[in-house]
Order: sequence, then C-alpha cells, then structure tokens
Amino acid sequence: MPDILSVGIDIGTSTTQLVFSRISMENMSGYFCVPRICIVDKEVIYKSPVHLTPLKNAVLIDGEAIRQIVAEEFRKAGFTPKDVDTGAVIITGESARKENAAAVLEKLGGFAGEFVVSTAGPDLESIIAGKGSGVFQYTIDNTCAAANLDIGGGTTNIVFFDNGEVVSKGCLDIGGRLIRLKKDLTVEHVSPAATKIAQYLGIRLTPGQKTTVSDLERITDKMADLLAQALYIKPQEPLLQEIRTPGSAWLELQNKRISRICFSGGVADCIAKLDGDPIPYGDIGVLLGRSLAKGALMQAIPTVAGTETIRATVVGAGTYTTTISGSTITYARELFPMKNIPALKLTVQEQDECFAGRPETLVQKIKWFLQQSESERLILALPGTANPEYKEIKTLAHCLCEATDAALPAGAPVLIVLEQDIAKALGILMEKELSGRRKVACIDGIKVEQGDYVDLGRPMLNGLVIPVVVKTLLFG
Amino acid sequence: MNQELISAIVEEVVKQLMASGQLDISPSKECTCEDITSPECKASPLLDKPQDPEALERMIKRTTARIGVGRAGPRLKTQTLLALRADHAQARDAVMKDVDPKVLEDAGLFTVQTLCQDKDAFITRPDLGRQLSPEAVRTLKEKCIPNPDVQIYISDGLSSTAVEANANKILPVITEALQSKGLTVGTPFYLRFGRVGAQEHIAETLGAKVVCVLLGERPGLATAESMSAYITYNAYVGMPESKRTVVSNIHKNGTAAVEAGAYVAEVIAKILEQKASGVDLVK
Repeated sequence: MPDILSVGIDIGTSTTQLVFSRISMENMSGYFCVPRICIVDKEVIYKSPVHLTPLKNAVLIDGEAIRQIVAEEFRKAGFTPKDVDTGAVIITGESARKENAAAVLEKLGGFAGEFVVSTAGPDLESIIAGKGSGVFQYTIDNTCAAANLDIGGGTTNIVFFDNGEVVSKGCLDIGGRLIRLKKDLTVEHVSPAATKIAQYLGIRLTPGQKTTVSDLERITDKMADLLAQALYIKPQEPLLQEIRTPGSAWLELQNKRISRICFSGGVADCIAKLDGDPIPYGDIGVLLGRSLAKGALMQAIPTVAGTETIRATVVGAGTYTTTISGSTITYARELFPMKNIPALKLTVQEQDECFAGRPETLVQKIKWFLQQSESERLILALPGTANPEYKEIKTLAHCLCEATDAALPAGAPVLIVLEQDIAKALGILMEKELSGRRKVACIDGIKVEQGDYVDLGRPMLNGLVIPVVVKTLLFG
Repeated sequence: MNQELISAIVEEVVKQLMASGQLDISPSKECTCEDITSPECKASPLLDKPQDPEALERMIKRTTARIGVGRAGPRLKTQTLLALRADHAQARDAVMKDVDPKVLEDAGLFTVQTLCQDKDAFITRPDLGRQLSPEAVRTLKEKCIPNPDVQIYISDGLSSTAVEANANKILPVITEALQSKGLTVGTPFYLRFGRVGAQEHIAETLGAKVVCVLLGERPGLATAESMSAYITYNAYVGMPESKRTVVSNIHKNGTAAVEAGAYVAEVIAKILEQKASGVDLVK
C-alpha cells in the first residue's frame, strides 16, 4: 500500500505544535474497472510536545525561534525535510493577524516538503480543527449532525458537520488567553474582545492593576453564555456580533439540529478541571472551562469526547488538508508542483455559456480576475456535468481553449479543476485542440470555491493522481 | 355492450363511491413520481414511521439495494413489487430488443452479423455468437481499412440498451484520443448478435494489432445500461481468456462514457507500448 508522509505545523495564539502522519492510499475500484484511488488510512506517527508560541512582542511572532522549534522536532522525530511529501504550516487564531505572519510562513516553507505551505483563515481553521478532533468522522460513523468548538488561546472556531458535510462554520474572539494575569492577579494583557465583554458587564480591567477571581468568573460565564448564543441555544445579543472574528462566517443551522457537541483546543482540557488553582497558567483558560461545564450549552446538547483536544488543529492540518484528485485526469507532468494558484469559479450559468460555445463572458471574467488578483495565472473551477454527450465535451473544450487563448498570456498553461469526473476526456480534447501551444492540467474530484487558492503536488501512484490542497488565504 | 357504455357506467360508479367517501383515488402521499423505476422514486423510503427518517434516507443513498421499503404483512408493498417487476422488464428488454437503427446511423456504423440468425439462437448458442458469418467477413474486408493499429467496434452483447445509452458518447472520444497519439484507428462498425469471443475473428479478419469491442453487459436489476470494453493485443482464435483486458461498469452511474473513453484510449496506448494485454499487461 503506497503512502505519503505529511507534516502539520500549527502556530496558534498560545501554542505551537507539530505532527507527522502517514497517509495511505489504495485503488478502491475493482481490477476490471476504471481506477479510483482513495485515501484509506491516516495515522499520526509523531506528536511534538506543546510549545508556547514565541513572540517578540504583542504584534510580532518570533520567526527564528519557531524555525528552531520545528528543526528540533524534525530531529527528534527522525525525519529530514526531504522525507516529507506534503504538509501544511498554518498560522491560526490571533496569530494569523500578526504583522509578520506571512514572513514566518516563508521561513518554514522548506520544512513542509517542497509543496504545501498553507495558511488558514478562521473558517478553514474551524473545519481543520473539526476534522482533527474526530467529529467529522463521528458524524459519518453515526450518520448524525454535530458541532465542534475548538477553543484556543485567542479564538473559538466552530464548525457544524452533518454526516461528513460542512453545514456551516464560524469563529468568535473567545479564548483562554484573552486575559493574561500574574500570580497575584495583576492584569498583564486584555484583548479587545475581552475588553468589550468586560465593559458589557461593567467590569474595569486595566493592565497593571489587580482584579478578582469573581470578576474573571463573571467574564468567563459570559463567554460561555455567548457560545451558547452562537449555537442558537439562547437568543443572540448584539454583543455576539461585536466579538465575531473579522473575516469569519456566521454560523447558521440551516434548519438542522445539532445532536452532539465536541470541545477541542486547549480549553477543552480545562472543562474537567473543577478543583484546584483557578489560574494555573496565568490566564482565564481554566475558568472558561469551568464556566462551560456549568453553562447552558453543555446542558442543552450532549457532548462527545473527541479523539484529540489541544492537538485537534495540528492533527487536522497534518492529515486532512491534503486530498487527492480523481484518478482519471490529464496533465503535463512538468507543470507540478504549483503553489498558491488563485481560483476563478464559474457559476452554472457561466458554465452553460461555455457548453453553448460562447466564450465572451469567460474571456471578460478571466481578464477581470487576473487584474483583480494581480496574478498571471489562475485555475478555472467548474462544476462540470454528470454524464455528458461527446459533442458537449467537445464544445466545452473548444470554448475553454478559445477563451484562454484570448485572455491568458502566450504560453501560460491552462489549469482546470472540475467537481464531476470528466477531466480526462476534457483534458485530452483540449490538449488536441491546443496542439502544444499551451500545457494543460485538467483534474477532477475536487471542489473549489471562488477566492480559494490551490496547491498541486507532483503526480503519485504511477501518475494516476495528484495531491491537492485547497485553501483560503487570509492576511488582513 | 359497447366500450362507451362501459366507460360511462364505470365513471358513474367511481363518482358515487368517491362522493360517499368509499373510494379515494387521490395520488398516494408516499410517492408522487410518474416513473416508479426512477432514482428519485427509489430514493424515497416507503417504510412507515421510521425512527430516524434522515438516517434512513442516508442509508438508502449509500446502496442500490432495496432497503427501507417497509412491508405489507409478510409481503412486499405494491410499489416495491411493481418496481422490481419493472426493473426486471427493463433488463429483459435490454437483452431481447435490437439496437435502434437511428443510434447506429448517428454513429456512422454499418452492421455485420455473427452466425446467429435471431435472438433465440444468440441466447441459446453462445458458440455461434463468437463466429462471423461468411458474409460478415466479406463485408468487413470490403469496407474496413486493413491492418490498423487499433480496431474498435460496437456489439450488442446482452444489452442493446447499453449500446444505445453509451455508444455515441464513448466511441468518438476513444477514436480522437488514439488518433492524436498518432495511431491508425480502423473503420468502426456494429456487430449484431455478438459475444466477446467474436473479437478474435475480427482481429484475424482485419489484421488489427489491438482489437477493442464496446459491448453491452448482461443487465441486472440495478442498471441495464452497463457497457464494457474488452481489449486484446494480437488476438487469435483459440487464445486464452487471460489475454483480455477489461474496463467494465461504463454507464451513467458508474464511470461516465466519455471519461471511460479517455481512459480506454490510454489503456490501449499502454497495450501497444507493452505489446501485451490481459494478465500480461503491467498496469
């Protein structure tokens, strides 16, 4: 069984972690059928200890210190960057909003194999955490709908899965390290979101001044209450909007019922810590855990224990960000690997225009998109169609060639990603039509949304499939 | 009594029964689809009061087996029974009917026949379905280009429905893909009453390096549209079955015909490259 080694590195608001996992693939279709390669197993083979994220100051991550942590973990795990086939480095929570986040990622590029360096926006991060915590698989195994709340240092990432499908996701500025304290309860740091919540309750928190456990408890009780509101257990107040993480989606139930909830992230481990020191880590993490334990949310919906808590995001990043394409695809081998290709998604109507052999709209759209994204390349994302006629595919191929010839720079490759399994046929017809003046990569089995970025790795398993990462970039 | 009178009487009786509430002919709430063999209709559970309706729907989505159909006492419900019989009828039709001449005309195919004279002979004499009639040999030699790299042809096999559903989608893709690789593709045709083994005779008659038949598979109750491609390098009469490479499950719910065509073309190219097919081919 062929496998690939994947590394996941998560640089969060408070912690930095790393995992190595082995992703195994197999041809799941019969010997006499068209091949269908699937990921059959994902095994985490090394988990690093949880490191505190090194910061230079409140707005800068210490990139060099992070590089050293990662290099040391590679050594301890017994791997070198060359062993790694794929991987994701993601900067999550409040860290993603640090000024030098992009530069830090750049520094770590060499460790995640030659191929994937990814960053998560709050929404993608919610999904990654929900997959890493095991809730994603739980909803498939139990054919049910469940939400995962990944409560970290700076943010709470919420995702709602129904039978393995993402129903919706959201992110709030609620976390265990929004308020940091000294041993004697002197306030060291208060985040803007924590200030808003304190003000709402009429509590003054000033760095350098002392506070009380009871005031902090009132704040964490309110945080737990806001989480219950976010999941529609209680009526939503305007305050909830104010602490929504910038750039994140708003969680919607879409007429479905959340039958289970799961907690992950560092605060998940604090829910059971009902006795002992309320401020063991110099922050409000344990208090928030206790507030959740007695809050409306856990009374309203039964909880399930995840397979990971504090490591949910890093496990998700290391094992779930890489997917594989369909097994019948067309590509020019020398095109790969490619990183950070912006996706232009066609609507069904726009696709219908192409099926009808009218490329004008597409030409306009490609030109506009290249201008907007200040890029010289793009990947066209099409829904495709289930069981097309030969003539339909032929017309589509012709139309796409015409449009890209009119809108793309000479010699630039044509990159296409489809949801439906028609990429090999479409790609072959396009290759014939372009007769070598452009290279073609046409892959399927991948869903891409407008504004996503796509990484394409080197072909694997005798060239049958290529690894793909679809990501949403978010640097403010 | 004439037809009109009977109709009038029935209409009157039905009207009276409905008025008195003894008869209700409003459509059943369970399924309002017109065609009980349609996927939409089969997707809706017939089970009364399932404990978890959503879970049941998900389970039904994952299989083509008839689950969640409920029961009437110890027996199937009427709709389930009718759907089964309708599916069976489709399967029988697929075997027994001939391919619509319009489909063959659209594909630009001429027809030749095996030694079978009719469907009965075809069903009962598999040996005859593997041999070409002398007339077929003559026609092929006359109309087809000799000694091509690849000879592709269509054959009914056990499902004419499969040929009608897929032939015009798959044939041009394979042909175009092979031609763009610089290979010569023989003149395509349709072999009526053909079994897989006829391809050895075709290969010998036309001197093709690779022969590929696109043939309708014996239908089941899930689909009658399934087609397979049987591909052989250097086929000869009397060769072992293990020399055949098969790509099966070509239909709208399996591998779509155009996509399968692109894959088949690649397999054929690989077969020519390795000069081997079947178990000898390294995939």
